Amino acid sequence: MASRPRAVIAGVYNTTQARQLDGATSRSLSVEAILGALADAALGLDDVDGISAGELSTELIYDLRLGPAWHGSGFGLGMIVEAVAAIEYGLADVVVVVAAQAGAYRNHSSTAPWTKPENEFIIPWGMFTAAEFALVARRHMAVYGTTRHQLSIVASTIRNNGSLNPGAVYFGRGPFQPADVEASPMIADPFHLLDCAMTSEGGCALVIANADRIDASIAPVHLLGAGADFFGPSYKVPPAWDLVGRRGDDVNGMVGRRAADRAFRHAGLERDDVDVLELYDPFSFEVIRQLEAFGFCGDGEGGPFVEDGRIALTGSHPVTTDGGLLSYSHAGVNPQMLQRAIRAVEQIRRRAGELQVRDARVALCSNGGSGALFTTVLLLGDEPS
Amino acid sequence: MTSGAPNTLPPQSGAVPHADATTLTTPFWQGCAVGELRFQRCTDCNHPNFPPTEHCRMCASFNQVWERSTGRGRLYSWTVVNRPVTPAFVPPYAPAIVTLDEGYQMISNIIGVGVDALRIDLELRVEFHRVGDDALWLPYFTGARP
Repeated sequence: MASRPRAVIAGVYNTTQARQLDGATSRSLSVEAILGALADAALGLDDVDGISAGELSTELIYDLRLGPAWHGSGFGLGMIVEAVAAIEYGLADVVVVVAAQAGAYRNHSSTAPWTKPENEFIIPWGMFTAAEFALVARRHMAVYGTTRHQLSIVASTIRNNGSLNPGAVYFGRGPFQPADVEASPMIADPFHLLDCAMTSEGGCALVIANADRIDASIAPVHLLGAGADFFGPSYKVPPAWDLVGRRGDDVNGMVGRRAADRAFRHAGLERDDVDVLELYDPFSFEVIRQLEAFGFCGDGEGGPFVEDGRIALTGSHPVTTDGGLLSYSHAGVNPQMLQRAIRAVEQIRRRAGELQVRDARVALCSNGGSGALFTTVLLLGDEPS
Repeated sequence: MTSGAPNTLPPQSGAVPHADATTLTTPFWQGCAVGELRFQRCTDCNHPNFPPTEHCRMCASFNQVWERSTGRGRLYSWTVVNRPVTPAFVPPYAPAIVTLDEGYQMISNIIGVGVDALRIDLELRVEFHRVGDDALWLPYFTGARP
């Protein structure tokens, strides 16, 4: 019996990210990102026999003449896990994972379209993502005593990373002090403007390939472990901290704990083995919550945990080193999710420039949040597990 | 219907976006129009079920009946929105998760109390307000003790 193929991440690429990319479309950005990631992997379009691009998958198979090809149906970090599985089970050898958006949000009198599904029991009360996540944050503040200042530390730390990142939409916008966050306009209490993800346009892609197919000059990055926890549909039911399923005591407030436990167990790693945390940061509080959910600190201790510089670039737990959704980019439903993994790859490959975490070999990245009733986790590293 | 003292959060007065009711959810909205807050209860396991589903979320039985809630509950969590989701909403307004005395939770807005009075476990009661020109009656929640 032949040995099973091993899949690796062989290339990554971000297009230009900006508040608005005039002339670009989601498809044009997707193609640009695919070509960029393939060049980074020293591969070409002729090598590709699989794609994961959400709703654009079949279109891009046709428009890039990739057929016959496998396509995935996941979203966010799940697209990467699915592509690895497809390669390791022999469904494809070179898969491009891509997401991009331009032109979907130009009338800013309302919040972005991806922030507000039209649910009967949500929409008449003016709900949108900032309010959903605020309901979780406010509960945590009341139960555990998490402070407004602790939220500000998270927001200013991540935004200061972004201000040093030449690729970030808000490059050069900073440095911020915690007080600057609280001085920005109130959006949905406790969140001020600088606590909240931006809206932007851009694309990105990863190439995931059978390790046998990549050139010796390419430094592969390995998927060491993964997890995915869902409690229900995003933005259609109350995002209660204490929402619990029938199988145990895990609550929605700690969504992602099971995912992280499974990822670490599969990888054979401990929390201390992680060098950099590319956490999903739709709102400042979510980083505090994820540090608790993933077991980097105890329940309710996320606020104090971020207070002493631990999450800064030079700290023991550097988070979201490109500036994340707050400062790097947030181009819709999906690109910013993949960009957590792309940043992890850049860190592991020592390509983060001024924002490089020293000796970064193992990265944890995440998607989602308690306000959206799901959290997914990847562990990536420079060596196979 | 009371509308609260000055400097308290008002209900929305203009038309707000809403989705059409379905066969499943129509009893809830019919209840609102006659001043009753309704939820489903499972006749097999007694679980209170909301938002409505064909089956009981607890035991998966299809034997559910609509029941009238006391409309009393407590504030589970809240936010005060200053940047409205669409221009149809006049800020500030206070989306909240309310835990009804029957044990289920729903999203609503808190009205008739000041922003500074909002706190976890604040005792609440339902108050129905007609919004916009169409016949949409929305259940809001206000302080249980005037």
